[in-house]
Amino acid sequence: MEKTAIDTNKLRGLHQYQWEIFLLVLFLAVNVVNSFLSPYYLTLDTFVSTPMNFLDKAFLVLPMTMIIILGNIDVSVGSIVALSSVLMAVSYNAGLPMPLAMVLALLVSTTCGFINGFLQIKFKELSATIITLSTMTVFRGIAYVILEDRSAGKFPSWFSFLAWGYIGKIPFILIVFVLAAIVFAVILHTTRFGRMIYAVGSNRTACEYSGIRTGRIILGVSMLAGLMAGFTSLFLTSRMGSTRPNVALNYELDAIAMTVLGGISTNGGKGRITGPLISIFLIGFLNYGLGLRNVSAQVILIILGTLLILSVLVQNFTDRQSAPSSKKISAPTHRSDAGDGLDIHEHSAQGG
Amino acid sequence: MKKTFTVAALVLLALTLIIPSSVFAAEKPKFAIVFKNTGNPYGEKQLEGFRVGIEEQGFEAILRSPDLPTAEAQIQIIEQLIAQKVASICIVGNDYDALTPVLRKASSQGIKVFSLDSSVNPQARLTHVNQADSEKIGQTLIKAAYDMAGGKGEIAILSATSQASNQNIWIDFMKKELAKPEYKDLKLVKIAYGDDLRDKSVSETEGLLRSYPNLKVIIAPTTVGIAAAGKVLTDKGLKGKVFLTGLGLPSEMAEYINNGVCPYMFLWNPIDVGYLGSYVATALVNGKITGKVGDKFSAGRLGNYTITKAPDGGTEVLLGPPFKFDKSNIEEWKTVY
Repeated sequence: MEKTAIDTNKLRGLHQYQWEIFLLVLFLAVNVVNSFLSPYYLTLDTFVSTPMNFLDKAFLVLPMTMIIILGNIDVSVGSIVALSSVLMAVSYNAGLPMPLAMVLALLVSTTCGFINGFLQIKFKELSATIITLSTMTVFRGIAYVILEDRSAGKFPSWFSFLAWGYIGKIPFILIVFVLAAIVFAVILHTTRFGRMIYAVGSNRTACEYSGIRTGRIILGVSMLAGLMAGFTSLFLTSRMGSTRPNVALNYELDAIAMTVLGGISTNGGKGRITGPLISIFLIGFLNYGLGLRNVSAQVILIILGTLLILSVLVQNFTDRQSAPSSKKISAPTHRSDAGDGLDIHEHSAQGG
Repeated sequence: MKKTFTVAALVLLALTLIIPSSVFAAEKPKFAIVFKNTGNPYGEKQLEGFRVGIEEQGFEAILRSPDLPTAEAQIQIIEQLIAQKVASICIVGNDYDALTPVLRKASSQGIKVFSLDSSVNPQARLTHVNQADSEKIGQTLIKAAYDMAGGKGEIAILSATSQASNQNIWIDFMKKELAKPEYKDLKLVKIAYGDDLRDKSVSETEGLLRSYPNLKVIIAPTTVGIAAAGKVLTDKGLKGKVFLTGLGLPSEMAEYINNGVCPYMFLWNPIDVGYLGSYVATALVNGKITGKVGDKFSAGRLGNYTITKAPDGGTEVLLGPPFKFDKSNIEEWKTVY
């Protein structure tokens, strides 16, 4: 299993990036349409500052990609953001120096992730969705107990640099996000840990019988998800300059949507991180462009929902076509996988 | 396949680059309002009032609401409005502090920013359009209780949460009003907190009725509380024995006004709040006012207004006395909001 996974990585051809290319074309189309529709779209300022609007939640997409490849879904990340943000604000207001409060936020969120992972290992019979659904309410519940209906903030002014600052012409958050994305891409696509994620997502039982400690993989991914939720809470809190228990509402759904649109199959075991990375910007710019046209929030939701349904349909369609005979949609390079017959991606996707 | 994609991508890229932004003609000034969230009938009326006011002055109105009632969703919309170079932004805040950074960014680019109905930090706004004068709300509600109780007896207040700032301001004014000699026979026995939750408001009302059997009037200055109290009084058949008044939504209160449990209640007209906001917006943009105390302007059909000091340290414009709803007009208003 491990060997085949390595081979898949090595033999990846350009054709495998079809979905990413499709997303890129869509992204360009969005930009063209947007600039046709709004005179304010194609300005340097817009292009540079737009990612600041959606990158805070984009940090959640990185671990969500791993979680969905594992065949799981985590709906608690938004609540983790809220809890660590609230605890950071409260501890800062109680006298903790701001840098330590930020570290505390990351510790809290990683601990929340640990709890998620631990419960998943201990209660194998429960699905990750159910477990994170419960922790979702618990985490946000604690945030509400701490702050009730109030907000907390009054952070030092340098803290706003995180979400509002630029280094040169580039937003600070964009730089941090690119670094984080590179780290996640390396982990997922070049390390043993990353290959294990695919293996567990393809067939957890088989992995266990082959001596892979699936629990560690799940725990590790859950903690990464917690850590990234901590990053989101830092940037989101900085952006707002204060916090309250209802921040980051539905962020988990946005993250899941971006991941799935990025071509990560909810069956687990397949997909690359490049897809979600493009779809973050695709959805972000689409949302922003529609907003510039003052399209109402409901219509924006409908458009994004339609896009998501279409993407899932298209993926499903190409999956089915490529599974039995791979020749139809792809160019010559495809023979390498087909010949190998390995493709845990295509053939054992149901295992997760 | 790959080729097709590449060609398509290149064509699109080329298109993006050749569209000159100059094809877009200069447009008339745009005035934006951002409400708390979509699907709120009260908010729709406010937006409508704003739109009518802006359009009758010959400008273009932009009405926006996020799909969730959160500050982060409003931040995104405000960023989009900044990019559109609107003349002013009128914000119905989802959070008092969290919008400060983005609103200051808007101000720094010359956009006139003020809040309406639900205020934001004075550091982030030029002024605030408030629904009704807090003192008048206090006076009006005590006068109503006095009339309903027949001049004497026990009254109680059913509020929202104990830390809601607007509720506490109103309650303070009610207490001040009660201290006047003409109300010496009215006795405020208890202030209960229903937390703006329906079930808690119901049980708090039941508690009031048990603890104070001689209670004459319940004043609920919150839309959730007054509707919950109306239900309890109706179910217990206390019509004519315990009266109810306060601030409520006509659509929710029509039943209790028609059955007599609540002879009349008050609220401001959200259409007028939005309409007043539209004139504040244009006055700020054309420099007639700057948002400081004493600035005067005229607001179309509503007449003349003066900017006053707000309790939070900033300035505000007050719409006027609260609007009275009773049997004679509730049928007309219950469909409005």
